[in-house]
Amino acid sequence: MVTSVHQLDDGAWVSVNDSREVNVSDLWQLARSDFCGCERADFLAEGFVEVSAAAGRVEARIAGRCIVCGEEGVTDWLELGRADPEAGEFRSVVPESVHVPDRRRRLATPE
Amino acid sequence: MPTKVEGWKSEAYGNEVREHILEFAEEGWDAIPEDEHDAWFERFKWWGLYHQRKGQESYFMMRIGTPNGVLEPGQLEVVADVADEYASGPVDNPEFGGAVCDWTTRQSIQLHWIKLEDIPDIWEELEAVGLSTQQACGDSWRNIVGCPVAGKDTEEFIDAWPVAEELNERFKGNEEYSNLPRKWKVSVTGCSEGCGQGDINDLAFEPAVKEIDGEEVKGFNVRVGGGLARKEPRFARSIDVFCTPDEVGDVAGACSALFREHGDREDRFNARIKFLVDEWGTEKFRRVLQEDFVDFELRSAGEDLRDEYTYNAGDGEHGDHVGVHEQPDGNYYVGLGVLVGRMGADDTRELARLADEYGSGEVRITQRQNLIVTDVDSDRLDAFLDEPLLEDYSPDPHPFMRGSIACTGTEYCSLSIVETKNRQVRYARWLKENVEVPAGVEDFHIHLSGCTASCAQPQIADISLRGMKTRKDGEPVEAFDIGLGGGLGENPQFADWVEMRVAADEVPGYIENLLAVYEQRRRDGESFREFIARHDEDDLNGLAEPEETSYEDPYMHNTKMTWYPYADEDDMSASPAPTNGQGDPLPSDD
Repeated sequence: MVTSVHQLDDGAWVSVNDSREVNVSDLWQLARSDFCGCERADFLAEGFVEVSAAAGRVEARIAGRCIVCGEEGVTDWLELGRADPEAGEFRSVVPESVHVPDRRRRLATPE
Repeated sequence: MPTKVEGWKSEAYGNEVREHILEFAEEGWDAIPEDEHDAWFERFKWWGLYHQRKGQESYFMMRIGTPNGVLEPGQLEVVADVADEYASGPVDNPEFGGAVCDWTTRQSIQLHWIKLEDIPDIWEELEAVGLSTQQACGDSWRNIVGCPVAGKDTEEFIDAWPVAEELNERFKGNEEYSNLPRKWKVSVTGCSEGCGQGDINDLAFEPAVKEIDGEEVKGFNVRVGGGLARKEPRFARSIDVFCTPDEVGDVAGACSALFREHGDREDRFNARIKFLVDEWGTEKFRRVLQEDFVDFELRSAGEDLRDEYTYNAGDGEHGDHVGVHEQPDGNYYVGLGVLVGRMGADDTRELARLADEYGSGEVRITQRQNLIVTDVDSDRLDAFLDEPLLEDYSPDPHPFMRGSIACTGTEYCSLSIVETKNRQVRYARWLKENVEVPAGVEDFHIHLSGCTASCAQPQIADISLRGMKTRKDGEPVEAFDIGLGGGLGENPQFADWVEMRVAADEVPGYIENLLAVYEQRRRDGESFREFIARHDEDDLNGLAEPEETSYEDPYMHNTKMTWYPYADEDDMSASPAPTNGQGDPLPSDD
């Protein structure tokens, strides 16, 4: 099945196959990112700006702030989790673990 | 390419959604196809129904739009009855109990824990007394706001209540304007004090006078493009248009039609009219309005009254509508402080009874989440003020209780970062008990918003609190960015954000320290807002220190991770949702 993803309610959460899966207000650890000067950004997700899904991999660009240095902005693409291409079931990544935003971009659908 | 939301709206939206809701309600929660949840919940908003946040599936927030905040005789009692019967959740709130009514900053009413199956009965009860949830949310004309004492105000320049009524009548349910690119917030004000908060609305009609055919005519100047959300606050801007009361409807329709045709439907983050005004400028906006959307010659702006605006102007003259005030007819209106705008159903019913006994039965909602009982006979005023209910909802509350506003927060809202209303209640109580009020300060505005959507209007407060996170001893805790010195009046000013990521339990200490600095350093007669304005950004940063005090905050953990922050078993997996019409958990597919 095709994975259906979108952000809703002003970017408050990401829906994967019509199920609310990822919310704002989590802290994400970002490594090797250009988001700010911190070696490891402690990033508060305040709003999902863009979402995409390809081969079950769900990604988003997230607006928010590094709570270490205060830098505000929008991240590069972050993997939120994977949806089973057959059953559609979504498995979220753990935000508190370390993530590396991906600047490369394939086609994405702005919300 | 239009957004997904636009796609859903193009398939079904507006009035027609009502029939679908009624069908779903008849069949129950499972009748909504699982793969259509997002589309339907987006459409439900148009009928005032907002699906509550994760962990509370199948429950809805219901918003009732009351134009200009006016609850006509008999309506408040029905609101109380509906809240009592239908708006209780699986767990009570520790500060407020079970069924509650929330009075909002846009003069509306919000009820929570509404079950799909109950909606037809609720609508029947509300509509029987002329109340409606139509267009209370969604991409259309929202509840029209204004001076809450329109028609009963000694400072009134022109009575705007009939104008607000006419706009409500004309644009609610009107198919031509039912599918706009985004929400459309309108303010109509006739008083000379600026109580309508037109500056922060998409479209504002503000009192003005203009000479027409040799005669001074009272009417309204028009402003567009105000709003606070998304760290992009804008004050509404003049488009150099005056209209008479009779012309307001046509001009308002033309402005919203312009928005319908030119607003951004490809990016909802850029859709509000404020961004179109940014892009076009006011001259182009006026030109396009004239050329394409009205069939008469727009007049240039009249002489406004903005230099008389005292409402929330920072000088303490007219911070709110709390207190006892004489009406032009010799009766009185009594503004009651409702801390964070939340009132239990029983108290709401009692207030309805008192309004009926002592006044005309009419009650009005202010944009500061308070209530006003109007038309109280002068002979009965003292007896009304002696009523026990007014001990809790006082016409003369302590300044910190009086000025506290809070949005919905993580209790129910998907977007919020932090817990809000219960925390603000605790802040206000602690400040009242522990902090000396600076001399001469009668109300002190502290607005607490859980996120950047700014539903508590934080940017126009003395102290602005916006939900954040920080770490304390390595652990993530709820926090706030703190802004200072915002307000309206002749020269409206957004708050300067001066202290960032302050742990929630250090905010009361910060306020205590800040007010001590203000008391020590202020010049004679200098208001708090003037004091803040006198300092530059560098001075404001570090003007006072956040500090732990005796204040205790039970909501420091990530309340968003809970299914309900106040449940004993608050883990998401303990949620009973979704439930059936009786509130019993529905079997899971897992």
